Amino acid sequence: MRFLHPAELGFAVRSKLADLGAGARLLGRLVWSLGAVLRRPALLRDQIHFMGNYSLAIIAVSGVFVGFVMGLQYYYGLQRFGAADSVGMLISLSLVREFGPVLTALLFAGRAGTSLTAEIGLMKAGEQLSAMEMMAVDPVSRILAPRFWGAVIAMPILAAVFSAVGVLGGWVVSVPMIGIDSGAFWSQMQSGVDAWVDVGNGVIKSVVFGFAVSFIALLQGFEAQPTPEGVARATTRTVVVASLTVLALDFVLTAMMFSI
Amino acid sequence: MQRSKNDVWVGLFVLLGAAALVFLALQSANLLTFSVDKGYPVSAKFDNIGGLKPKAAVKSAGVVVGRVESIGFDDKSFQAKVQLSMDKRFVFPKDSSLKILTSGLLGEQYIGIEAGADSANLAAGDVISTTQSAVVLENLISQFLYSKAADGPSDKSAK
Repeated sequence: MRFLHPAELGFAVRSKLADLGAGARLLGRLVWSLGAVLRRPALLRDQIHFMGNYSLAIIAVSGVFVGFVMGLQYYYGLQRFGAADSVGMLISLSLVREFGPVLTALLFAGRAGTSLTAEIGLMKAGEQLSAMEMMAVDPVSRILAPRFWGAVIAMPILAAVFSAVGVLGGWVVSVPMIGIDSGAFWSQMQSGVDAWVDVGNGVIKSVVFGFAVSFIALLQGFEAQPTPEGVARATTRTVVVASLTVLALDFVLTAMMFSI
Repeated sequence: MQRSKNDVWVGLFVLLGAAALVFLALQSANLLTFSVDKGYPVSAKFDNIGGLKPKAAVKSAGVVVGRVESIGFDDKSFQAKVQLSMDKRFVFPKDSSLKILTSGLLGEQYIGIEAGADSANLAAGDVISTTQSAVVLENLISQFLYSKAADGPSDKSAK
């Protein structure tokens, strides 16, 4: 085993710190460029169309099946205590508070995040970003920022659709299939779920995840090695880093929101 | 400002998200009602409704025959005022009695209706006067303790 030379260690730490600084600077520029994005709404609209509308199918189908499975699993657990009527409340709570934002963010990282990274990475590899800089066009505010804000807007909408579709999927399994009383299903849900505490915090979560996933995807594309291999690596890193970040952030946010 | 085809689709997408949010908010804020077939309204007063909630079932012999529409409070008699919506297919005698029951040990509370013997049937707007309150666990325990205390000494002498 070869021991790490102190100079190598120092170099590694320094380059990681530089990466972190560059990432923070890019995030600052992306957030700061909101005004530039709002002045060109057509760019933003096309990005929402690409990331939002085209992700709708995978989000809705996943939501329905997650709702189905929840209906079956919660019924299996709750009927032992004679509390099968609470299936609706549990489905809605877990979807609105956790699964809606988190699963949407994970799916979004796979569906839209990878395409962002690959697109930006290939633009960089094809020297398109440098060409824009040569023409005095800022690639961050012209290319990256509309994608960033488009994803930030699309994420909460997709998460809300996921939760709503999941609740309906849970209803399909619990009420017509298993035979739980429909009134008990909805009334337990309505008494157990609060519009502001549960639904509102779920929306806040999905907005935060939208920031995290789109920023990571864009950063990986922006910092990718401008080679086919480099773009492939960056795309893989997007999925891995974004998923882990979403799960870690989810823990932090849940601890902040729901433990008080 | 120019409108493109994408505008329509993005508009639909945003609308869908808003609809999903409204659905989530309303179904938890108790504003969305799923009652399609309206029944005939009947009201009743209870001394204590326990954990009864709107939309709870009204059951007779275990079959759902109606739903709780709303729960209010009458500050004249200090009783809970419960509005029921009974299924039009079923009629009950005028002197039927209501009882608040619990499904399972920790389950949802519902109203049990027991048919009386009157020849006239309940009509829309009728008030059911014979009601039995929900069982409150604390009252049950205190009653049990009182009765235990009452025959406490005889228990000790038996030892």
